Parts: sequence; structure tokens; C-alpha cells
Amino acid sequence: MSKLIQINPTHTGPQYWRSLGELYNKPEFRDWVDTEFAGGAAETMDKGSRRNVLKLMAASFGLAGLTACRRPEEKILPHAKGLEGFIPGKAEHYASSFTLAGVSHGILVETHDGRPTKIEGNEKHPTSFGSASALAQASVLGMYDPDRSKSVLAKGKPTSWKAFTDAGLSLGQGEGLAILSETNNSPSLTAMKQFVMGKFPKARWVEFEPVNAGNSTAGAALAFGPGVDAHPQFDKAKVILSLDYDFLGIDAPSTLPTRQFATGRRIGEHAESMNRLYITEGQFSLTGAMADHRLRMRLSEVRSFAMQLGEALGVLPTGLNILGNTDKKTKFLNALVKDLKANQGAAVVVAGPRQPAVVHGIAHLINQSLAAPVLYTKSAVGGEDPIAGMKALAEDMTKGAVSTLVILGGNPVFTAPADVHFSEALAKVKTSIHLGLELDETAKAATWHVPQAHALESWGDGRAVDGTVTIQQPLIEPLYGGKSAIELLAILSGAPSVKGYDIVRGYWLAAFTGDKEAAWRTALHDGIVAGSASAEVKPGVDAGRIRAAAQNEPKASGAGIEISFYPSATCFDGRYANNGWMQECPDPMTKIIWGNAALVSPKTARDKGLADNDLVKVTVGSGSITIPVRIQPGLADNALWLNLGYGRQTIGRVGESVGYNTYPLRTTAGFWFAEGGTVEKTGEVFPVATTQEHHRMEEPQLAIGTPVTRPIVREATLEEYKKNPKFAEEMVEHPPLVSLYGDWAYDKGFQWGMAIDLNACTGCNACIIACQSENNIPIVGKDQVMRGREMHWIRMDRYYTGTDDDPQAVTQPVTCMQCENAPCENVCPVAATVHSPEGLNDMAYNRCVGTRYCANNCPYKVRRFNFLNWHKNITEVEKMVHNPDVSVRMRGVMEKCTYCVQRISQAKIQLKADARRAGKQVELKDGLIQTACQQTCPAEAIAFGNILDPESKVSKMKKQERNYAMLAELNVKPRTTYLAKLRNPNPELA
Amino acid sequence: MPAIFPRSADLILKLGGLVVGAGLMSVVGLYGYLSHPKVMDTGYQPEQPVPYSHKLHAGSMGLDCTYCHFTVTKAAFSAIPPTEVCMNCHKQVKAKSEKLALVRASYETGKPVEWLKIHRLPDYVYFNHQAHVTSGVSCVTCHGRIDQMVEVRQHEPLNMGWCISCHRNPAARLRPAHLVTKLDWVPDRDAEVIGREIIAAKNINPPVNCSGCHR
Repeated sequence: MSKLIQINPTHTGPQYWRSLGELYNKPEFRDWVDTEFAGGAAETMDKGSRRNVLKLMAASFGLAGLTACRRPEEKILPHAKGLEGFIPGKAEHYASSFTLAGVSHGILVETHDGRPTKIEGNEKHPTSFGSASALAQASVLGMYDPDRSKSVLAKGKPTSWKAFTDAGLSLGQGEGLAILSETNNSPSLTAMKQFVMGKFPKARWVEFEPVNAGNSTAGAALAFGPGVDAHPQFDKAKVILSLDYDFLGIDAPSTLPTRQFATGRRIGEHAESMNRLYITEGQFSLTGAMADHRLRMRLSEVRSFAMQLGEALGVLPTGLNILGNTDKKTKFLNALVKDLKANQGAAVVVAGPRQPAVVHGIAHLINQSLAAPVLYTKSAVGGEDPIAGMKALAEDMTKGAVSTLVILGGNPVFTAPADVHFSEALAKVKTSIHLGLELDETAKAATWHVPQAHALESWGDGRAVDGTVTIQQPLIEPLYGGKSAIELLAILSGAPSVKGYDIVRGYWLAAFTGDKEAAWRTALHDGIVAGSASAEVKPGVDAGRIRAAAQNEPKASGAGIEISFYPSATCFDGRYANNGWMQECPDPMTKIIWGNAALVSPKTARDKGLADNDLVKVTVGSGSITIPVRIQPGLADNALWLNLGYGRQTIGRVGESVGYNTYPLRTTAGFWFAEGGTVEKTGEVFPVATTQEHHRMEEPQLAIGTPVTRPIVREATLEEYKKNPKFAEEMVEHPPLVSLYGDWAYDKGFQWGMAIDLNACTGCNACIIACQSENNIPIVGKDQVMRGREMHWIRMDRYYTGTDDDPQAVTQPVTCMQCENAPCENVCPVAATVHSPEGLNDMAYNRCVGTRYCANNCPYKVRRFNFLNWHKNITEVEKMVHNPDVSVRMRGVMEKCTYCVQRISQAKIQLKADARRAGKQVELKDGLIQTACQQTCPAEAIAFGNILDPESKVSKMKKQERNYAMLAELNVKPRTTYLAKLRNPNPELA
Repeated sequence: MPAIFPRSADLILKLGGLVVGAGLMSVVGLYGYLSHPKVMDTGYQPEQPVPYSHKLHAGSMGLDCTYCHFTVTKAAFSAIPPTEVCMNCHKQVKAKSEKLALVRASYETGKPVEWLKIHRLPDYVYFNHQAHVTSGVSCVTCHGRIDQMVEVRQHEPLNMGWCISCHRNPAARLRPAHLVTKLDWVPDRDAEVIGREIIAAKNINPPVNCSGCHR
């Protein structure tokens, strides 16, 4: 026996855990991990008996015989008139723009035969550089939402567009006319606004957005005067302090900060240093997970921390309102001050949108004194306070001073602060016209509703954070005859042209100089208007104003529970609630899916006697809501976190009644956080679905009761790495690996491989949605997710290490590793999964009979089984979002990541055909074939390519010393390897 | 206890079993035979909405296949041409013909002619015309002598076994790429030899792994 190879490797390194259940080793967790397929995963949804199944089988065989006699008739419908350059079945890409909360992002839209199917980043765009966020990519599904508003409504009853135009609004000089818009960052809409305001001089224009950057605009105005935007250059910073700013996650104005941060963090073969990130925050955000040092505090305490920092750095006077210090805080602050001072010119302090203007002001003041790498430009958008504007409008509406209200997009009935009582105010308005994509709460309450054209259906334009303008090109005619905001305004104001194309093109032709037509075509093609970025400015900080504001800033009372709000990473402010891709995309940190919960720290839960899934009544001020609780490690104590956007009641089949609405607690004064809240148990429970324990790479049980955690994710500090660069590989010691099967050489042609840099990955989920969109991955719903049946080919694992109160976190994307010695292959009885000569673990869906042996034998748990026919109950319009280059899988079939084999095949076919026509040899340029996840990754954490090419990026990454193969001790020889994560802690805080 | 059945019942039982067994087997066999693509799909010849004759256009008049099917060399699909292509000639030629009524209607209204698909592969198969014609696989290999068909019919079974037989041994079915649309081309020497020369020159290596065709 002793001669046998010992399969239990020994390893070093910290212990990682994914959930509190795992940390406490609860029996429920062991049950979940020990079962072959998660609870209920082996049963079908309907409670059909064996007899019923046999009956159905007999019937279907009979029918199969009948239907086989007749061949289905398919038609081919060519165009009547040829289109220049159009080739049926060939994908085309068009540059356009995606706008969210007043910020535009450059995108490329892939279309197949006139159907937009996928959104990608635009490489030429300065804040996209080829990457797109999860929300941007999921917006294509929103266009095909079958529950979108399809007709004009008059007092909630469907009517025609003609009835609306015939209704004859008499707007006169604009007396009593108010226009409520979403944050406007569009030059052509601004021009239209000027036209409308010229026509109706007595009208008013208000902009409101539930997730807005009002605080940071006000902070910049406090520091520099109005009209200045500050853009921290994270790539040039050695030391970064974030004051409650999740710039790598949900607060990110674009994907640019992630790219810049990853650049400053990249350790290559020669790079010796990396940046250091400090954060003070209440929620455990993605930025907090990337941080080297993280100080938990309630949001109301961040301002006093900022003041204390200002004092210590000598930019603020002493004796400000400062809260008591703990040892940890003092130590953190002292080390931080030293580090910031030592890195003059390369240290930057940034403040988040939830923090009041004074915190932003202090950050600007500190940055000025540190000569921080910050680019200052003229503001891209207007600087009105959105909350004050909304409050004043609602007051006038209540008083009856507004007789006509035009709502251009958005859903203010749902999202307006509770204390402005928007829906009561709306009821007092004689004529209200709502332009919206959905039949939402506002559409139902307004006297008129007009369906809005989706961004992929209409002409427009918008500015990115740096001011760069992108023209929004439609990819398809409006599916339901919707209108865009500029079109509706043009019609209402009787503008000379009412077509979006004429308005936008007209505006830009007037704005361009020289060859206008050429400039217009170039702007459309490139997705950017050349030279439109905001001009750089060199503003001076008004220190006196900031000091005065700091002195007057109220001190945190510390009373009660602090209630804080943050936009949902999945539903955002509620607008994605009917988007199945986003509903089924796990929250990056909590891994909650299909719903939301009130997050509390383990200590607070213990103090208040709360357990997971307990329904509680949360009260703050005069508002109260009921919501289930989720205990989340690493949160500030005595605080409760609520995300916005869930609990929509009037929306559609996906999002209706999913989660709990938290807006009723949000007021103009407590817009982002409010002290003095209370939490009471109701005695009821509501199950919250989470995927954090799913697909766990189960550890071998050496002896009963001593589970060994395998080193799945590996990390070290920069110092440790410098001492031993090969630490990751050496974390596991195992005997020589021998295979029972002969090894394949894989030394010819292309050999595909992937490398994922854990040091760059922030866990933003963009890859999950990219994969879902590219590979026709279905959504399964909450009930099925709770049975462990989610279908994502790429999952984002999040591990904690340390104590439950104050842990560190790491994220790790896991997909099929394309093992050379693939354990799935030799258990398949029908050879449905076999190896390709290029090292891919091919999956032939049409051969699979659904034994699930492969998934059982997969050590990485990356195979997904179609327990039901997920594509069965989707509407015709939803089918249009499918990528025709990838098979839509049906019930009973196993599937998994293919390394985007459709992209590989298409590129190879094209390269070979071109080479044959030219009489040359095939030459593959590295980077020509990109997997969907790699393409969209803002951090450039994923490299894919030919590992036989020593010059390819993937080969170079795999040569790095941090490279390790996950579970290499199993001798599966994965083609995907990881580069271990590094942290750069301050030695003084060690 | 007296026997309920006579001794001869044994034989009846055995014979009966044999008949039922043979019957079942022949049903299964017949089903298998009839549902084989060779039997079921080969020869499929639906009536098209417009009586377009390939024999007349491609055969007698000698139009090259790529005049109409112009995407064949640059895309996965060899598309049926837009109505406009028909009208290039038929604005003058047979401009008033009854048979062309649908084509003229399509050209005038912009609505497509609804052609029936004959060569149909399952949705999980990703065939690429460009890859084949640039390698030197002729149209005739999969579609037969279209230039002799008045109404097009499916000539080959187009099932996986049929595809893979050629992918394993492509030599006999290759020709110089400029001759792929010459359906009546006859090799002047051993086709296998020509094929092997082309394979060597163009480095032809057809995939036989799953992801070659299934995605």
C-alpha cells in the first residue's frame, strides 16, 4: 500500500472560506458540499411519477414516428434589393453609445442580419478601450424585453399615436409646463432643450437621477468653483486612498478606473513595484476586496476620518469635529499619512458619491497639497443639484403650479425620494406625459404614456466622463414604434424636423468645420467625435471655503443603526429589474441572486439576535420597510446596507415582485445614508438565494472531521513574492504525476491556452455577461438557482480569509480549464466530450445523452446541465438576441465553456481562406482571436491565445513566476492557469 | 391436474413469439432504413414558387454559379441572390413572362420571394462554403449536377458519416480552386494525385474533431 501514489498533497497558505456557513462549518454547508448534485438537482420541477414519464415516452415515440415522415419546410427569404456589402449570416459591428445615469460609454454593437445581438467595448473610445461593463452588455437584452411598452396609453388605456398627437396640448408660453429629464449629457438634446425653452420661455427644466454624482459635483464646486471635473489618474498613483469610493465596482463612472488601477498593479517579469490601495468604507465593496488595507466604518464617520486626515496632513485646522479614535484607526491613519507624504506626486485621495460635498472638497485639498496625479477638465455635464431640483418640482406640483409635466425617461414614481411624495404630486398635475421603455409605475400613474425607443433603436449622442462625444446609432427600427426623448420634444415643440436622424445629424453638421459630411461619417464609424473631450484646466483650490465647510459639517451622532443605500450591481436603480441576465448575475460580493437583502455585519446580527433570511422591519424617520436579512462578513458594525432597484411591482414577467423595495426609506436628507434607524424582527423568514456555496471545489476528507482546504486561490504579499517568486507553485507539494493514459504531445499547429491574472481581476462580472451574451446561456430563475442549476459558463468565486468581522476577500473567475488529461472525457459513455488536436475539450451537444458523469468527475465544477428546456418558454422576440453562431442547447444536454470555439473556428476559416487565395501560409496574429470574457475584461486580466507561440501574450503570462495551475496535483493538466494574487501591505501595519 | 393447454400450444407460443419478434425487428429496421438521410433526404425536390430552371441558366446558357451565388467564396452561406439579380436580365429578357410574375412583384414591392430550402443541415452543424470552395471542393461534390436539374433536388444525403468520409480522405474530391464551378470538369489524370498535390500545396487538413463543425 505504501508504494501507491499518495493523492493527498500537502500545502501551505491561509485558509479561505466562501460563506459564514463554511467558516463555522455548519451542517447545512456540509450537506450541500457532500451531495453529488446539489439538493433537488436530480429531480425535475414537475412532480411527475415514473408511470407518467413512461406514458409520455411512449407517446413521444409514436409521434416521433409520425413527424419523421414529413420533412419540415424551411424558407429562404433573400432581399428584394441588394444591399451593398451585406453578406447574409456575416456579423457586422457598428459603433454606438450606451448611456447610464448621465454618462455615455463607447460601444460596438454586433449585428447578425439586422439584429443586434451583442454589445462590446469600443477600442477607440478613451473610457472604453475595448471593454464594456456588465450593465452595458446586458442592455441588448433590454431591447428585446417582451414586456416593453408597446403602445401609447391614455390614462392607462392603450390608444394610438394619432390620438396623442391629436389631443392638442396648448402650451402657450410654457406657463405651468415642466420637463423632468434624466441627467442630460447629450449635446443634441441640450440644443433641443434650448429650442424648447426658447419656444416656451416660462417652462422649467429639471433633471433627476436616483443614482447621481451630485455630491461629487458639489464637492468640486466647493473646491474649485463650478464647472470643473476631476479625473484621478489611478495608473500614475503609487498610493491610493479611497474614502468610501467603490471605483472598481458599482460607483465606477466607466471601466477606465479599473483599467488604470490594474495597470498600476501589474507586476510583470521586470516590474518591481505596484500601487498600494487604502480604503475606508462601510459596505464590503469590490474596491475593498482589492485593497491592501481596509478600515471599516459607518458612512457617517467617513467625513470625520477625512477631517482627521486633513489635520494630520496639515491642510485643515485642528480642533474639528472628530470622533473618538480606536487603536486600529490611529495606527491606520498614522501609517497612511506617512505613506501619502512619502509619495508626493504619486499619491491620490478619492471620495465616493455617497459622501457629502465636504469630503470631496477635503480630498481635492489633500490632492492639491500632494501634487496628486489628477487630470482636471471642464465639466462634461451641468452642475445642478438633482435632489434639490426634484424637491422643488414636487412642491410646485403639489401646490398645483404645474399643469403639464413631461417626463423624459426614468421612473420617478418609483425612484424619487420618499419625502417629496412624487406620486401624490403627480396626481395633482392635469396633464402628465411619460416617455418610458417600460410600463412601469410612472407609466401607470401619468395621464399619457409614450413608448420610448431603446438606445439601440434611435439616434442620439452623449458625453463620456471625459467629455468625449459618441453618436448613438440605431441598429434596428424601433420594435414597437417608440420615440426618443429628442423626437418627443421636437414633436411637442413643433420643431422643424422631428426625425431623430435629421435632428442629430443636423446638429453635428452645423457643429463640424471643414468637410462636414466626412467628419460626420468618421464620427459614426469611429464612435467618437474627434476633439470633443473636455479641455484641461488648472484650477486652484479654495482652501478657506473647504475649511469653513468642514467646520460647519455636522458630526455623526452615532445614534441607532445607520441605514445606507447603494445602487444594485445587478438592477442598478431598478431599470434592469426585468433583465434576466442581470437578475441572474450574482452580486459581486454577496453572491445574492434574484433578490436583495438588508446586509448586516456578524457582530450587529449577534447584538440584535438576527439570523440569515429573517424578515425584519427597518425604520428610519417616518419610513419603514420589511426586508430579509443577510449577514455579510466585513461590514461596518451597527449599520445596515440596502441596495436600490429591487421590489418593482409594475414591470414584467422577470422582475415583478423580485426582492424588496428600499426607496420608501430614502429621503432627500438621507439620500445615501441616515442615522438613527431601527431594526425589529417580524418573526417571519424569507429565503434569499445566493450562489456563494455553489460549485465548490470539494476538498478530500483525509479523516473524518478534518477537511483539508486545497489552495485554490493563491496569494502572497509583495515582500514574500520578492523573496520567493515561485511561491504559488510551491504551495502544493505532490509526488511525481503519472497518468494511466498515454500523454498526447500537443506540439503542432495552434494550441489554445488561457492565463488569468488574479492580481488584476476585480470581480466586476463583466465577463459573466459577455459569456452569457456570446454563448446563448439561458437564465433559469430563482427556484432553479437555489437547486444549484444556474447555467453560467464562467463563475466568479469570491473567497474570504481572516475573521468573520474583518476579513480580506479575493475573487477568482473559473471556467472550463480545457484539461489535457480531462477527467470528464474518460467517463463519458457516448464520447460526447472529446479532445481536439488543438487542446480543446470539445463538447458535441447532439451526442450528449445526459448521464452527467462528466460534471460529477470534473474537479473544477464547471460543467452545466440543462435540467429543463430553458429556451422553451421564451417569446419570439427574445430569440432574436441569440448568437446564431452558437447552438442553442436543449434539455438533457451538458454544456460548458468552449474557449469561444465559434470565434476560433470562424477566424481560422477566414485566415485559411485568405491565405489560400493569396497563396501564402496561414499566419495568426496574437490577439486576433479573443474570447468574449477576455475581450470585455476592463482589467485585462485574461489572456488567450496560442501557447506554442512564444511571443503570444498568453505564453508570456504563463512564463511568469506567479503562474500556477489550479489543482495541478490531480494531473489534469489544465490549459487555463492563474497568476497568483499579490498584495502590497504597508510594513507599518503588518 | 389436467393440462389446460394441449402440447401443440407450445409450438404456437414459440411460433407466435418468433412472428412478434420478427415483426418488431422489421419495424425497427424499416424505421431505421427509412429515417436514414440517404433515404429520407436524398431526392428531396419541393416545388419552388418560381419555376426557375438551373438547367436552362447554368446548363444551356452557361451562367457561372457565382454570378448569382456570389457570397459563396467569401462567407459561410452561399446565399440565394436578391430579386434584383434576377431583374438585371429580366427587365429586358422575358420581361412580361407569366412565370416571372412573382419575381417582378417582389422587385416592385420589396417583399422577398419565398424560396424553399432544399439543402438543410441541422442547427448544430456549422458548414462554411468559403472554407470548402477555396480549398477546391466543387459545388458538384455536395449538390450534384445542378446544371442538369430543371427543379433542384437534394443529390447527396448530407449526413455526418457522409461529411466525415471526405474529411478523412479529401484527396479524391479536390480540384484547382478556379474550377470548382465547372460542374462537368473531368480530371485529365488520376484525381487522387491531383488532390494530393493540392493538399500539399495548400496545406489542407480538414478537421475531424467535434468542434470543427459543431459549436
